[in-house]
Amino acid sequence: MKRDIILAGVGGQGILSIAKVIGYAALKRGLFLKQAEVHGMSQRGGDVQSHMRISDKPVYSDLIPRGNADLILSLEPLEALRYLPYLSPGGWIITNSTPFTNIRNYPDIEFILNEIRQVKNYRILDADHIAKETGSSRSVNMVMLGAAAEKLGLSPEFLKEGVRDLFKTKTERIIELNLIAFDKGRMN
Amino acid sequence: MDKLLLLGDEAFAQGALDAGLSGAFGYPGTPSTEIIEYIQRESDAAERGVKRDWSANEKTALEAALGMSYTGKRAIVTMKHVGLNVAADPFMNSAITGVHGGLLIAVADDPSMHSSQNEQDSRFYGKFAMIPVLEPSNQQEAYDMARAGFELSERFHLPVMVRLTTRLAHSRSLIVRQKILKENPLSLPGDPNQFMLLPAFARKKYRKLLEQQDMLVQASEKSPYNQFIDGPDHSLGIVVCGLAYNYLMENFLENECPYPVVKIGQYPLPEKMFLELRSRCNTLLILEEGMPIVEEMIRGIFGADGLSVKGRLDGTLPRDGELNPGLVRKALGLPLRESYKEPEFMVPRPPALCAGCPHQESFKALNKALEPYGSGHVFSDIGCYTLGFLPPFNAINTCVDMGASFTMAVGAAEGGLFPSVGVIGDSTFGHSGLTGLSDATFRKSNVVLIILDNDTTAMTGMQDSVIGGKIEAVCEALGVEKEHIRVLTPLPKEQDQNVQALNEEIEYPGVSVVIFRRPCIHVLGKRRKEGKA
Ligand code: SF4
Repeated sequence: MKRDIILAGVGGQGILSIAKVIGYAALKRGLFLKQAEVHGMSQRGGDVQSHMRISDKPVYSDLIPRGNADLILSLEPLEALRYLPYLSPGGWIITNSTPFTNIRNYPDIEFILNEIRQVKNYRILDADHIAKETGSSRSVNMVMLGAAAEKLGLSPEFLKEGVRDLFKTKTERIIELNLIAFDKGRMN
Repeated sequence: MDKLLLLGDEAFAQGALDAGLSGAFGYPGTPSTEIIEYIQRESDAAERGVKRDWSANEKTALEAALGMSYTGKRAIVTMKHVGLNVAADPFMNSAITGVHGGLLIAVADDPSMHSSQNEQDSRFYGKFAMIPVLEPSNQQEAYDMARAGFELSERFHLPVMVRLTTRLAHSRSLIVRQKILKENPLSLPGDPNQFMLLPAFARKKYRKLLEQQDMLVQASEKSPYNQFIDGPDHSLGIVVCGLAYNYLMENFLENECPYPVVKIGQYPLPEKMFLELRSRCNTLLILEEGMPIVEEMIRGIFGADGLSVKGRLDGTLPRDGELNPGLVRKALGLPLRESYKEPEFMVPRPPALCAGCPHQESFKALNKALEPYGSGHVFSDIGCYTLGFLPPFNAINTCVDMGASFTMAVGAAEGGLFPSVGVIGDSTFGHSGLTGLSDATFRKSNVVLIILDNDTTAMTGMQDSVIGGKIEAVCEALGVEKEHIRVLTPLPKEQDQNVQALNEEIEYPGVSVVIFRRPCIHVLGKRRKEGKA
């Protein structure tokens, strides 16, 4: 078992929280893992990404080799494409469709979605909308995690435990909302 | 055994704690910051009373750590690569004084300049000072090397550098903990002159350091972090340092690496292992993260005796930037993996000042005040406010090194530039702006020096700034006239007043300090959470 996952988004969108949940779940399953992330500069609304590698064998490189990623999970459509050269020919793109347009030259959204549709395996969902429906617009990242759950090689139960771990200092209500967001993402 | 999921930085910190650490000193700098942050967070460290506050800069941090070593205790000092330039004076001399309690100098290099002004390789400094350098290839080694480093340091009575790089520092993996050691008791150096570098003593001690070099090489030959791994195919020999080992192995997941490999994790280089490799292979490939230091040394050692050396110098690998599995794959001549192409319409998404950031209003006021003079008047420094270079502000013109804003403004004023403006943050002012301000008042330069006081070191993640609460007093003490120390609030409603104040200080033919004071919005959030605001 091996999964190379690129988590992509813009600083502040919560990709490191997704990484943590996957990390917790992978540990519960007794897998090896390496997770490289971006710190510093890039957190001020710049692009951020995390390379996440889980496997039942020891993992060497902290970076995923180009052409090797099984999954690009993105919180924003343009960022899904930034790491396209890392995707393996049979890999999946799972992305939120709502653009994050904090730059003036953000490309036409139709170009972006079309390009994503050229990839063999993809899934595009409006996670912002789904999160709003569940009554917690801040859990877009958990919706996206849910949407990718099937492709992670980890059971939803482990992932849900991971969500609980992540929010363990928060109220039960916040945990509940995030779990609902996760389930909504899975079903959509 | 206890297992933890840690960043490379955190693994090193935990390793140092478990090896009986008594004090950690440092100045925040990406990618080294998490070492001290981790020790500050750990409840064990708090219970034990491990010292762990930020220092004014890397020089003061290193000197404090050296002082703690003087008392027989184990200490670490942390910084990023460019911070070592600031600490270079005590760094070089600490190799001559030697240490008493174990002293580790953890330096995190940033190849590819993810958040730095240059790519310098700290291993050069290690060689320059002639001290041992440890270079972990993974998080477990980062943990283990803290303990091994203290042992090495105490065995040779020398400081030991631990060189990390961005990728390891900021990547998480599982580590297995070792038994926890007690802290060293307080003790003074056996030789009372050990830390006295008067020329007569220094000469003697320098000779001793030179004599020790052979023993350091022998220690490297025996180190578990240096390995000779033979392979059946002698058409190529590989020397691989630190993290590069992982990129090599990543390309041989299915089969073992067929070539003989010398894996380096401890310097000075183990010479016998190189001779061994050389006796088998006429072509060597050198894989190292950073600059081609080992490659140059190998070319030097073996000269032109029919050996072909591949690496960064002959173009087998790029001369600059971080390594990765793909670059190593290409260097090995293996077929490249199939992949998609990046679409043509892709655009960069650079970082920017946060919405609501106090610096935004400061820059707007500054731009307005400087409008009549055109561009090219603002010397800046390093911090969030460096982002004021980018649109829509385009407010600053230079960024060279910590503290260079004030000092360059002074030099430019002497060159005839009017107005000449320096912009620095509060933490950076504490780091190395004070001396520049002192120069300015001594020379009576015609400058406007602006301190953007957001009450934190925001760029690296909200660490305390040691100058907090002392800025006006320091400026006055350094010779700025009281009427020309102005404190302004960077808010839209204050805008006209702020522009007017700036204009007045531009007109004043001497040193003015303008302090824009409003906390970073994230610091406010953090304090509210902690119930402090
Ligand atoms: S982190 Fe603070 S100081 Fe830095 S850009 Fe954001 S608000 Fe401004």
